[in-house]
Amino acid sequence: MNFWLRLDSMDRRWVFLMMGLAVAIPILWIGITGRTFPETATPAARDVFRAIDSLPEGSRVLFGFDYDPASSGELQPMATSLMRQCAAKKLRIVCIALWPLGGNLAQETLAEVVRSDFPTMREGVDFVNLGYQAGNEGVMKVVLTDFKKAFPVDSRGQPSNDIEILKDVKTVSDFPLIVNVGAGYPGNKEWIQYVISACQGKVKMVAGCTGVSAPQLYPYYPVQLAGLLGAIKGAAEYESLVNEAMGGVPAPKYLEAQRRMAPQLFGHLLMVSLILAGNGIYFAGKRRPQR
Amino acid sequence: MTRQGKTWLVMCGVLAALLIARGLTGEGLGRVYVKKVEVSLGSEQVAGAQGVSQTIWKEVPADKATMKWVEWNQVAPKEFFAARAANPAQDSISLSWPRTIGLWLGAFFTLAIMSFLYADNIAYKLAEATVIGVSAAYWMVIGFWETLVPKLFGALTPTLVSKLVLPSLQPSDVVQQISMWVALVLGVMMLWRLAPRGGWIAAWPLAFIVGVTAGLKIVSHVESDLMAQAAATMQPIVEVVPSATGGTDWYATTWATLANALVLVGVVCGLVYFLFSVQHKGVIGGAARVGVWYLMITFGAAFGFTVMGRIALLAARFEFLFDDWLWLIDPNHLRS
Repeated sequence: MNFWLRLDSMDRRWVFLMMGLAVAIPILWIGITGRTFPETATPAARDVFRAIDSLPEGSRVLFGFDYDPASSGELQPMATSLMRQCAAKKLRIVCIALWPLGGNLAQETLAEVVRSDFPTMREGVDFVNLGYQAGNEGVMKVVLTDFKKAFPVDSRGQPSNDIEILKDVKTVSDFPLIVNVGAGYPGNKEWIQYVISACQGKVKMVAGCTGVSAPQLYPYYPVQLAGLLGAIKGAAEYESLVNEAMGGVPAPKYLEAQRRMAPQLFGHLLMVSLILAGNGIYFAGKRRPQR
Repeated sequence: MTRQGKTWLVMCGVLAALLIARGLTGEGLGRVYVKKVEVSLGSEQVAGAQGVSQTIWKEVPADKATMKWVEWNQVAPKEFFAARAANPAQDSISLSWPRTIGLWLGAFFTLAIMSFLYADNIAYKLAEATVIGVSAAYWMVIGFWETLVPKLFGALTPTLVSKLVLPSLQPSDVVQQISMWVALVLGVMMLWRLAPRGGWIAAWPLAFIVGVTAGLKIVSHVESDLMAQAAATMQPIVEVVPSATGGTDWYATTWATLANALVLVGVVCGLVYFLFSVQHKGVIGGAARVGVWYLMITFGAAFGFTVMGRIALLAARFEFLFDDWLWLIDPNHLRS
């Protein structure tokens, strides 16, 4: 039988198996050797780094966690690196979430980065987790006029009025930068539509997003978004920038995105091969005489 | 037995054999360890907002505490190995059975969902039904505890809610209370759909939701997606990029100019493609064809990003299986 015809009649489960191996083998290889591929940052990732790096020490940053564990495979590495750069830059971090599990992920990220590697930072003074707030765009509209009305207490139940880091905060305009990691609705797009547009240049925003939502967000860069981390590739680029800036040998938890780039490489090579094979089958079928 | 049944049997047998082999070598299979931490809190009265006295809880020594409890914090297995090596009788770090069972359930459900790629089966059906059931229950609980209790009941009956379930509830003003009465009435009207008669009453809150959402979206979309995007497109085609020495960076200038020209051509041709009141012939036809190419490239980029996202999620699941469950790899050095 002709090679292309054989391919045409191949059980699609072989494709699933090939994809599984293309992803699994690099994970095992990297897990055993600990080696990662080098990354070169694109302008969108470099601009995220610059936006945070250009803030004076002690500036307040509003850090949004608009995702849940279902998309943390893509987004958690960028949240970890963003938090690390903010902490290293001695910025004051205010975490919020418009997704129910975002508050828990903020807590985990704070524990993993701030509490373990920046122990001098004090809760309530240098960072705070205001947790989840229901209301989607409604919350965004409220923070434009009265931030503490939208977030009356922190995740521990302490009133916002009594929290040192929020002392002079009246509206969202009191944050020079919004860092938002979002997986969908409500997320980055809504922050741009309801907050960034309304603030008219007073507040900058950088975002991290999933691969699925990246094409919708690129049109906002670089005017409405100061920087954008698109999917795991953006996360890996930004992670390498932060690691380079911090110097020394990074802890394994700060290499998570770069570790996931090898499965990406082999998965994409397989996809490209399959697309080429599909085209080959199509043209071979066209050349075959019709009965 | 059918061929498919035999294949299932072989696959499950191989997996079981591999698991047993892995369990009998090295440190074995996935387990979760926890460390006992005693928390002691003492209360203190402080003047809060609007002069209202509030209770603040702070960590204090155990002998001065008015409230105590024990937390079990998850620790890396290597901490347990070190503690056991130092003192085999230690009990500060111990195996957590509930979390270990959770880990194994996570692995089972991951494999059950992946098994659908071979064929539909009972394990997949079980995992699917569990996801649907847990999601529905979860959203119901979130809706009740994050919206109804703090926002609705908290505004209408603050004393009761504060005493019973939410000590940190902040007092609401009259405007909030009135708006919550309106919300309650609209909510009841919405539920009227379930009543045998008067289903039309539910149309009114729906009309309210549609009207408010449309009002909110129109303003924000015009500001951010129409005006701001149009302004961002109207850039000079030739963009001169200064170099670090004060002259012109010709390399960057060329690329920036090319990028601006591509954006201009893409926007014009993309819009021409959607111009259906003119026949796509001649110059218009050519521009529309270029517009189609731009659209195809955009769809291709979107597809590529989607593939990237899905592979990242698959990689995260494999990492969970190989690292947390099977202990085959240790990229975060949690065990060594």
